[in-house]
Amino acid sequence: MIDTSKPLVELSHVRQSYSIGSEKERAVLDDVNLTIREREIVGLLGRSGSGKSTILRIVSGLAKASGGDVRFMGEPVTGPVDGVAMVFQSFALFPWLTVMENVELGLRAKKVSEAAARPRALKAIDLIGLDGFESAYPKELSGGMRQRVGFARALVVNPQLLLMDEPFSALDVLTAETLRTDLLDLWVEGRMPIKSILLVTHGIEEAVLMCDRIVVLQSNPGRIAAEMHVKMPHPRNRLDPEFRQLVDHIYGIMTKREDVARREGLFPGLGLGMTLPRISTNTLAGMLEEVAAPPYNGKADMPALADSLQMEIDDLFPVAETLQLLRFAEMAEGDIRLTPAGKRFVEADIDVRKKLFGDHLLAYVPLAQRIRRVLDERPTHTAPATRFRAELEDYMSEDYAETTLRSVTNWGRYGEAFAYDESSQSFSLENPQ
Amino acid sequence: MDERRIASPALGARALPNQWDLIALALGFGFFVLIVEGARGMGAPLGAPVTTDLSLQYSSLPYYALRTTLRMFAAILFSLLFTFTYATLAAKSRRAEQVLIPLLDVLQSVPVLGFLSFTVTFFLGLFPGSTLGAECAAIFAIFTSQAWNMAFSFYQSLRTVPRDLDEVANGFQLSAWQKFWQLETPFAMPGLIWNTMMSMSGGWFFVVASEAISVGDTTIKLPGVGSYLAMAIEQKRVDCVIAAVVAMALVILAYDQIIFRPIVAFSQKFRVEMTGSQTETKSFVLDLFQRTRWLRALTSVPADLFDRFAMWRFQPPKMLAVKRIPVPGQVVDWLWYALVFAAALYSLKLVVTFVGATLGWSDVWQVAGYSLITMVRVLALIIIASLIWTPISVWIGLRPRVAEKVQPLAQFLAAFPANVLFPVAVIGILKFHLNPDIWLSLLIIFGTQWYIVFNVIGGASAFPNDLKEVASNFGVKGWQWWRNVILPGVFPYYVTGAMTASGGSWNASIVAEYVKWGDDTVSAHGVGAYIAKATADGDYPRIVLGVCVMAIFVIAFNRLLWRPLFGYAERKLRLS
Repeated sequence: MIDTSKPLVELSHVRQSYSIGSEKERAVLDDVNLTIREREIVGLLGRSGSGKSTILRIVSGLAKASGGDVRFMGEPVTGPVDGVAMVFQSFALFPWLTVMENVELGLRAKKVSEAAARPRALKAIDLIGLDGFESAYPKELSGGMRQRVGFARALVVNPQLLLMDEPFSALDVLTAETLRTDLLDLWVEGRMPIKSILLVTHGIEEAVLMCDRIVVLQSNPGRIAAEMHVKMPHPRNRLDPEFRQLVDHIYGIMTKREDVARREGLFPGLGLGMTLPRISTNTLAGMLEEVAAPPYNGKADMPALADSLQMEIDDLFPVAETLQLLRFAEMAEGDIRLTPAGKRFVEADIDVRKKLFGDHLLAYVPLAQRIRRVLDERPTHTAPATRFRAELEDYMSEDYAETTLRSVTNWGRYGEAFAYDESSQSFSLENPQ
Repeated sequence: MDERRIASPALGARALPNQWDLIALALGFGFFVLIVEGARGMGAPLGAPVTTDLSLQYSSLPYYALRTTLRMFAAILFSLLFTFTYATLAAKSRRAEQVLIPLLDVLQSVPVLGFLSFTVTFFLGLFPGSTLGAECAAIFAIFTSQAWNMAFSFYQSLRTVPRDLDEVANGFQLSAWQKFWQLETPFAMPGLIWNTMMSMSGGWFFVVASEAISVGDTTIKLPGVGSYLAMAIEQKRVDCVIAAVVAMALVILAYDQIIFRPIVAFSQKFRVEMTGSQTETKSFVLDLFQRTRWLRALTSVPADLFDRFAMWRFQPPKMLAVKRIPVPGQVVDWLWYALVFAAALYSLKLVVTFVGATLGWSDVWQVAGYSLITMVRVLALIIIASLIWTPISVWIGLRPRVAEKVQPLAQFLAAFPANVLFPVAVIGILKFHLNPDIWLSLLIIFGTQWYIVFNVIGGASAFPNDLKEVASNFGVKGWQWWRNVILPGVFPYYVTGAMTASGGSWNASIVAEYVKWGDDTVSAHGVGAYIAKATADGDYPRIVLGVCVMAIFVIAFNRLLWRPLFGYAERKLRLS
C-alpha cells in the first residue's frame, strides 16, 4: 500500500545505550527506523527490555537518543515537543490538584489565561466522560476514572500526536475494555483533536484490537522485528477468525527461534553475562504441569496457554524462556513443547524433581556453574555474594545483576546445588541441618 | 520513605564519602571561628549590658510569652528560607551536593548552645548598643536548632520526586520555576511540615536557653519566658518558676492547636500514595475555617497571588544568554575540588591557630576525657530510659484507646522545654546533698526521653494485627513474645526515637551538667559543663575546643552506633 499522507514522526537509525561499569555500554535500542503518518494508530509491541517505552520517550523529546535522527513534523527533536502529549501507565496525576486543575496544568504552563483555559478544560472533561468530577481529587477516583483524567489532560493541549505508554495495563480487565472502547469510538468518530496515536503495549490482543499498524520489537537490544498492517474495520471482534489468525501470527513472530549459536537461549548476554528474570521455581513447575496435562499433553499453543493461565506475554515469555534455558521445554513457532527431561520432571516426586532441577541448573546456567566451581575449589567451601555480584556488574547494570543473582540463588537453593546465608551474604555448600 | 521521621543526613542510605566528611568538618569549624574573629574585629567590647527592665509580675507573662513566640516564628521563617535555597542547591548541583550534604551532617551535630556565645558576640557587634543584636542572636540560636533536618528532608524529597510526575512536568514544558512550585514543593510538603513541627518542638528548649545569656561580664536578657525564668532562678522564686512552666505549657498547646494541626491536616492532600491513609489528622481549626465563607473569600486573594507567582514564567532576555565556553567537565571538577580543598585547609589552620594560641595538647586530652564521660552518661541514660519506657509504650501502643489519649501527651512533653524544670533538680540536689555526677545526669534525658515514648507507641500501634493473632494463636507468650514478636516489630521506630533522643541529650548536656539556683551552682564532670563554664568565663578558645571535640564525638556516635542500627532495622525489620 502506498501511503501518501504526511509523516508526523520520523525516526531513522535511532540508537540508545547507557553505560555499565566503567567503559562498557549496553544498547537498549539499535537501528530503529519508524515513521508515523497522519490518521493512524501505531502499536509498539514488545516485552520488557525491548525498549518500547524508550522509543516513546525519544519521540516525545523526554529522552535523547544516543544516535540517529528524530524528527517531528519535519523538525529535529531536541527537547520536549509542543504538539505531543503523553498518557502514562501509572496515570501520573498530581495528587494535590483537583481533576480540573490537573487537566488545566498543561495550558497554565503555557500561559493560557485562566479565562481561556477553563472552557477548554471543561470541553476535554466533557469529551472524556468526566462530567461531575471536576472538583474531585485523584485519590477519590477509581483507576478507570483516573486514567480518564490522564486522557483529558493530554487532549486539552490539542496535540497532533497522542503517546500512550501501556495506558490500560494498570486497570482491571473490565475497566480496561470500557476505556479502550470509549477511546476507539472517539477516534473513529474523529472527535479528538489528534492526528495520530502511538500506543506502547505488551498485550498482543490489545494491539490487534486497536491499531492500524503493529510494530513488533525484539528484545536486547530493541530492534524492529516485524511490521504489519491491520485492515479490519472498527469495531473489531476478538472472536473473528481473521483476528485470531493475526494474534497467532504475532505469537509466532515473537517466539521465533533465534540464532542459537550467537546467543545461548533467548536471554541477552553470553555465559556469565546472561541476565535472568526473577521466576519462582513454583511458577516453573506449575507451567510444566500445565503443559503436560490435557488438553495440551506436552505441547501447547502459546496464545491458548496465555488465555487459559490469564497471563500477558510479559509474564508468560520469561517463564517459557527459563524452561527453555534449563532444557525442560522448547519454544518454536508460537508453540511450547516439553523435552523428555521436562516430562520426567512432571512425573517425578519432590526429591527427584529437586535433584533433576539442580543437575540442569548446573549444566545449563553458567552463573550457577561458576558459583558451584568456586565453592568446590575453596577449602572453606564458602564465598561471599559480593564477589559474584561484582563479576556480573562487568556485564550488566546493578539492578540486573541483583535480580540475576537472586534468581540463581533461589534456583540453587531449590535444586540444592548450593546454600546461601542471608545474614552473612555468602554462598556455601552446607545446607542447614 | 516515611515522612514522619526526623530527617537526618547521618542516616543517608549509603555511607557518605569520607574525605568529604573531613572537609565538611574543617569548613564547619572554620566558619564558627570566623564568626568569633569577625565579632572581635568589629571591636565590640560589649558596653553596657543589654537589658530591658523585666519584672517578675505574673501579669507581664502573657506579653513575654508573645515575644517568645514571635522569636520562634522569625526563626522558622529563616529556617524555611534556608531550606528552600540550601536544599535546592544541593539537590540540583552535583558539585554543591558533595560539600553541602556532609556539611549539613556536621552542622546538625554541633551543639547549638555551645556556640551561642560566639553568635551573641557577633550580632552584638553588628548592632552595637541596640537590643536588635541580642534578638538576632537568640533567633539565630533557634534557627540553628531547626534548620538542618528541615533542609535535609526537603533535599531528600527533591531527590525522590516520582519519575512519571517529573515526565509530565517536562512533557508540558514547565519552566524550572513552575516545576519547583507545582511539583517539587508540593511533593516535599508532608515531610517538610512534619520536620518543621519537630523542629519547633525542639526549638522551645533553645528559645528558653538563649533569651537570657551571660558571656563573660556581659549579660543579656530579652523580654520573654526564658528571661523571666532566669530571673526567677536568680531570685530563687519558686512560684515564678511554676508560673513560667504554666505559661510555656499554654503557649505550646495553643501553638499546636491553632497553627500546626491545621497545617498537618491540610498537608495530607500532598501525599502521593493513592490509597486513603489510615491515620487522618483532624483539626477543628481547619474544619472551622473551611466552613467560614468570608474568611475563605478573604484568603482567596493571597492564594490567587501565590498562584500567579508560582506560574510566573521567567523568560531570560536573549542578551543574557551568554555563549558558554566549552570547558570539559573534568577540568571544572578538578578546579572545584581544588577550591574546596583549599578552603578546608584554610579553615583547619584557622581553628588550630585560634585554639592553639592559648591551649595545648593537654587541654585537648582533657576535653576528650570529659566528652567520654558525657558520652557514657548519654548512653547509660538512653539505655535506662529504653528499659523503662519501651515496655510501657508497647503496652500503650497495643491499646488503641489508651494510645489515642497518651500519644498527644507524649508529643507535648517532647516539645516542652525541660530546662524550665532544671532549677527544681538543683534544689533537690542541694537539699539532700546528692552526687551531681549522677543526679544531674537525669536532666540530660529528662526532655528527650519522650521521643522514645511516642515513637515506640507509634510503632506498637502500627504493628500488624495478623501477626498479633498468629502470636496468640500459637500461644507465644512471655519473653519469647517480646523477643520474637513485638521487639523486632517496634525496633525501627525505637531506633528513630532513640536517635532523636540521643541528639537532643548531647545538646541538653550543656545546660544540664551546669545548673544554677540563685548563687548556688551545681556542676557535673563532662564536656557540657566544660563548655558552659567556658561560656560563663567568656573563654573563647576553650568554647571552640569544647564544641569541636563534642561535635566530633556526636558524629562518631551517630556513625558508629545509630547508622548501623538504623540500617539493620530498615533492611531486616521494617514491616510492609
